[in-house]
Amino acid sequence: MEYEVVIGLETHAELATITKLFCGCSTQFGAEPNTQVCPVCLGMPGVLPVMNKKAFEYALKAAVALNCEINRFTNFDRKSYYYPDLPKNYQISQNYYNLGINGCMNIDLNGNRKTIRIHNVHLEEEAGKLIHPEETGADYSLVDFNRAGVPLLEIVSYPDMRTVDEVDSYMQTLRKILLYTEVSDCKMQEGSLRFEASISLRKKGIDKLGNRVEIKNLNSMKSVIKAIEYEAIRQSALLDKGETIDRETRLWDEVNGKSARMRSKEESQDYRYFPEPDLLPVLIDEKWLSAIKNSIPELPLARKQRFVEAFKLSDYDASILTEEKVLADSFEECVKIMDRPKAFSNWITNDLLREVKDRKLDINSLQIKPKQLALLVEIVEKGTISSTIAKEVFSEMVQTGKDPQKIIEEKGLTQISDEGLIEAVIDKIIASNPSVIEDYKKGKKNALAFLVGQVMKETKGKANPKMVNELLKGKVGI
Amino acid sequence: MKIDKKTIEYIANLSRIKLSDQEKEVFIHQLSDILSYIEKLNKLNTEDVKPMAYAVSESNVFRGDTLEPSISIEDVQLNAPAAMGVFFKVPKVIE
Ligand SMILES: [Zn+2]
Repeated sequence: MEYEVVIGLETHAELATITKLFCGCSTQFGAEPNTQVCPVCLGMPGVLPVMNKKAFEYALKAAVALNCEINRFTNFDRKSYYYPDLPKNYQISQNYYNLGINGCMNIDLNGNRKTIRIHNVHLEEEAGKLIHPEETGADYSLVDFNRAGVPLLEIVSYPDMRTVDEVDSYMQTLRKILLYTEVSDCKMQEGSLRFEASISLRKKGIDKLGNRVEIKNLNSMKSVIKAIEYEAIRQSALLDKGETIDRETRLWDEVNGKSARMRSKEESQDYRYFPEPDLLPVLIDEKWLSAIKNSIPELPLARKQRFVEAFKLSDYDASILTEEKVLADSFEECVKIMDRPKAFSNWITNDLLREVKDRKLDINSLQIKPKQLALLVEIVEKGTISSTIAKEVFSEMVQTGKDPQKIIEEKGLTQISDEGLIEAVIDKIIASNPSVIEDYKKGKKNALAFLVGQVMKETKGKANPKMVNELLKGKVGI
Repeated sequence: MKIDKKTIEYIANLSRIKLSDQEKEVFIHQLSDILSYIEKLNKLNTEDVKPMAYAVSESNVFRGDTLEPSISIEDVQLNAPAAMGVFFKVPKVIE
């Protein structure tokens, strides 16, 4: 039987504030356990939460960037459940008046656009971290509350995705938007960005949605894709056998590449949402909203399109440049200094990204500056160094942050364009390769390439290759 | 509104408390009485009254994103029923 796979995603992103949502504890990742806590985020009786304005504005900014209708009256609700990582036995979240509703996001599928609707965007607090001891038979778990109370943005999509390619594009695009708007650092390895998928199958051509299964414990975008593929196969096998799909939550097991029913959530949850009496509602006026709107930069998809049109870049190069905001910003700065978009695009998408990958550099703290890259392009154009030497200089620039002229001076890399000097080297090479000259005269044309190579080797690649070619041809006689 | 035994057991389970059969009987009556009392409100005409969740009319109370000192690990663990090193210790959580 052929089925259509219907996929929705829930995304959690920790917001980039320096303090928690309701108290002044640090959100810094990696601190000693339970050192970034206070009576508020530990849920002690009698404490009062006070909303972090920056966290609220980040959430608002994300909701606007995701084209949501903004609820001008918004408030917070208690979501009650018992779990040891939740100190108050309720999570402060939003349920009745979510910050943003009915949004949408365009995704790009090999040049084709698709719109994925966003059900809602809301702000809530993060839970603590549970640690399960590795010793066998241990009858306890450990809790670290450093993450408890960190501001968390939840973005709930409609089940509008049909393929894993669409899911992949959705995750990439959403990540880019959150990075571009600078509301989250989106570090998946630190848990700042997490996805949960809900999947259902239905027979082709049928409108009614099947029972959906939620998948949790997806630690990377790759696991999201693998878990969805696994779930689609699992459900279609059950449906083929005439069985029904239970509405359930399953945990993805990355090591074994399969999912299993989550035991602790077997009984359906009853969260008993009610308005949080300790927090006052938030009213968003026109002035505030337009200030937020004005703070949103051009978003990746639009920027990519503009790069293609304004700088005549290929779709591929433009999408690599706009992948990371810092790359796109650097590129634009370079082009402002010097109108050579193609050259800068090549340096950034090929050489810079290769250096970043090989040397495992952090793209957000690169040493090389746009002004320096523009200088390098200028130097190559003038013919001071060959393009091969330029790559060596570039690599040095990335590693040290030095200006290109300085590196060229220090290493003596200036291109040799002095006819007399090149001729002297050519004479030497000709004298020491009589048999090659014979071959060449007998008609073996690739003997010339060998001689050019020898001259370049002798000059450590610094001789102007065009001049070497011409002078050599003249010497050996054409 | 009459609360039955099933509802009491459901609420007790949500609240993670154990009740004896005798206690369940007591609570069935108490909760039913409370709810019947509150139901008097249904007699009022609330057609033009908006739902109200807050007793004060203020809104938009915020703090700045400014760091404040956290508390010492000794103070953190003062009220902890069990601890292990820097961690809180809880009964095994099965996922
Ligand atoms: Zn705190």
